Amino acid sequence: MRLVAEFRPAILAPMSAAGRSRTLRRIVFLSGPGLLVAATLAFGRGARLPRADCAFVNGAEPATLDPAVITAIPEGRIVRALFEGLVVRDPRTLEPRPGMAESWDEAPDGLAWTFHLRRGARWTNGDPVTADDFEFSFERLLDPRTGAAYASQLFCVSGARAFATDVDERGAPRRSFETVGIRARADALEIRLDRPVPRFLDLLACPQFSPVNRRCLEESRARDPDTAEIGWLRPDHLVTNGPFRLLERRPNDRIRLAKNHGYWDADHVAFETIDALAAEHLSTIVNLYLTGEVAWIDQQPADLAVRLARREDFHSAPYLGTYFYRVNVARPPFDDPRVRRALALAIDRSAIVQRVTRAGEQPLYACVPPAMPAWSGASMEHAATFEEDLVEARRLLAEAGFGPGGRVLRPISIQYNTRESHKDVAEVIADSWSRNLGIRARLENQEWRVFLDTQRRMDYDVSRSSWIADTADPYGFLEIFTTRNDNNRTGWSDPRYDESIARAARAVEPERSEALLEAERILLAELPILPIYGYATKNLVDPRLGGFFENPLDEHTPKAWYWKDR
Amino acid sequence: MIRFLARRLVWFAATLLAVVTLSFFLMRAVRGGPFDAERRLDPTIERNLRARYHLDWPLWKQLAAYLGPINLDAHGARAVGGDGTRVFAGVLAGDFGPSLAYRDQTVGDLLRESLPISLALGSLALLGAVAVGLAAGVVSAVRRGTPLDAALRVVATVFLALPSFVVASVLVILLAFAWPLFPVAGFGTWRHLVLPALALGAPIAANVARLARTGMLETLGQDFVRTARAKGLPERIVILRHALPGALLPVASYLGPAAAGVLTGSLVVERIFAIPGAGSHFVNSALNRDYTLAMGVTIVYCAIVYALNTLVDVFHRLLDPRVAAEGA
Repeated sequence: MRLVAEFRPAILAPMSAAGRSRTLRRIVFLSGPGLLVAATLAFGRGARLPRADCAFVNGAEPATLDPAVITAIPEGRIVRALFEGLVVRDPRTLEPRPGMAESWDEAPDGLAWTFHLRRGARWTNGDPVTADDFEFSFERLLDPRTGAAYASQLFCVSGARAFATDVDERGAPRRSFETVGIRARADALEIRLDRPVPRFLDLLACPQFSPVNRRCLEESRARDPDTAEIGWLRPDHLVTNGPFRLLERRPNDRIRLAKNHGYWDADHVAFETIDALAAEHLSTIVNLYLTGEVAWIDQQPADLAVRLARREDFHSAPYLGTYFYRVNVARPPFDDPRVRRALALAIDRSAIVQRVTRAGEQPLYACVPPAMPAWSGASMEHAATFEEDLVEARRLLAEAGFGPGGRVLRPISIQYNTRESHKDVAEVIADSWSRNLGIRARLENQEWRVFLDTQRRMDYDVSRSSWIADTADPYGFLEIFTTRNDNNRTGWSDPRYDESIARAARAVEPERSEALLEAERILLAELPILPIYGYATKNLVDPRLGGFFENPLDEHTPKAWYWKDR
Repeated sequence: MIRFLARRLVWFAATLLAVVTLSFFLMRAVRGGPFDAERRLDPTIERNLRARYHLDWPLWKQLAAYLGPINLDAHGARAVGGDGTRVFAGVLAGDFGPSLAYRDQTVGDLLRESLPISLALGSLALLGAVAVGLAAGVVSAVRRGTPLDAALRVVATVFLALPSFVVASVLVILLAFAWPLFPVAGFGTWRHLVLPALALGAPIAANVARLARTGMLETLGQDFVRTARAKGLPERIVILRHALPGALLPVASYLGPAAAGVLTGSLVVERIFAIPGAGSHFVNSALNRDYTLAMGVTIVYCAIVYALNTLVDVFHRLLDPRVAAEGA
């Protein structure tokens, strides 16, 4: 490049060369910014959307909108707006209500269910919603190649477990779906269960069991087999049957829902468009609410909780979730139930809910949270005051041979996934153990997936945990601590417990509740878990938003929403 | 110049291959997998999911399949599908594969959606920062030792020291709450980009100002500037046409890597302002063990850094004859 070599103060250079050099430099210097501005403008053109009738913060970006595959709460909200299963939950009481099934019959033995499909229900592509759609969708859900986390929830259907778990080397089921007790007959869907499931309708109301449109999937496959797995979920292809349809999807920004005018109950859907915003930064979420950008948020930073809780638009209610610590009972000294009980007693629960979490959480001495409707479960034995509990805890430790005059208890490590609020809770607990029991506790934080892996491999002393309900059923909370359950992860096993849970699985009310109660009693006497607190909902809701109800699943239905002043 | 660029291109390919291989093994060395959750998947289903993305293969085979385009699956499935559909053609075929965490999206989709947003925000921040920073730096140097110089240097130091989340929070308090000129967060119109661009650009402007001031002071003392002055040129011409190009050299060297960081998105600023840019993918893909997305953003980032550094070198050759002479 000779041009460059000729660079020198312009006044001294021969005019022509300097002129060329300058022009080139100008082009280079101006083209960069020019391109950037052009890119910005070009891109800004497509970004503009008219304001939606209503917006709310939905939390993390949904991993998928495929009903069969979803697991997280933000995904469930969108899927419930887009799709409708056989039954839906009443937004106020959570009772099962007719959805795509107009009515249903339950055989006297509780094993055979017949769902009569709603006449006139249609997909957004005009197809009628048929029993065949449901058979297809349940087969897809149970097929292990779909990768549906909730498939195991349907193992109560006869033949379902075998169909889903007996697979060939490529992961395809060996058995035909004929062997599964789900059959479409004319305009009814028949489901046959292995055992009576007391809250089967509650279970079916989970968004995971929504139907998908067979033609939509097949057309996607015909269009482009390579991307069929995800192509059908694109806004311009997705066929849904719920109160809303998918208008726009912008990853990490928003999902725009538009009213589905062909929906059977469209007369009761008030909003034409709803935005579900993706936002994870807690202060940002609060800012969006405070500036009126969104009408509902369900999370806030803990340090703002006290101030926000005083507002009239702040609603808190007991929530079906528990915060507890798992104890590794395979490791001494935690193999001694007296040590576990001493640790459980020496947790200052009221300090935690009043000074750390501060949004209406309740101290918990049980496995099933107090928010559980129609359930008065067992409670861990404890005294009226924390001081008395400490006396008992010291006595138990001494009895187990630790403390003054006995052996010194080795330092305990409390593991939690990296997060300020978990650290705060762990600090309160470690402080209490150290001051009141003389046990040194070390706090150890790990990144979420490493933490999960550590817990799964049981490489811990005490590990932070939580459990959130899918349905308002105590069984879900208790079942996980049976011997071979993948979610047990404490090493604890008790044949009496397993027997009680097995009995509850077979029984009908009131025997079922009794069996569950007995199981919870065993669990709370043995304490492979240290209960800490029951969750509370933390909703900030625009006072003008109607049709929004607090409930223990913290489940809110955009279909029911409307503006009170319009 | 052509030879120079060709050489760069060869090195680029080698660097990229090294980066891809290294980050591939680093990422797999981290514990935990993309399908871990508090509620554990049924083992059969988890096994199927892992098989779907070939995570059950030995690592070398996974890397080969990732690079593509040779088909290693015994059944002819490139990944996924179960029914043999070809979902992933390999990076060499220009396909970054399906995202493991966002299962409705391919990595290509996610980058197509998010990169332009980060580019728009980043270029806005960069343009503003360079304009403000250069002006401040030049004024500072020319008025060296005056109160104005001192004031500008203090401001620059403050913005350099403040982390972007502090700047962002102050901007939100001032320009979204106290004086509601701009939306507090979210995305959709150009107004949504102003506050994040300011927060993103502030430290860059501060750096540019400091570098421009230093560079300017150095050039102003050089012989050719004195010559220009001696020839009786107006001060404006001396500064803008003769001194400034020399003063730009350190700024250009700094801007290359800085621009790469800003254009690919900033996690902090994007989170605070809920901007759906690419910055969040850098961290979230690692946290989610979204191997394909993490590889995708690594490759894109690597390419952008390399391209911008090359651009800086080209600028250097245009601005400083000595560099060209050495390189030739």
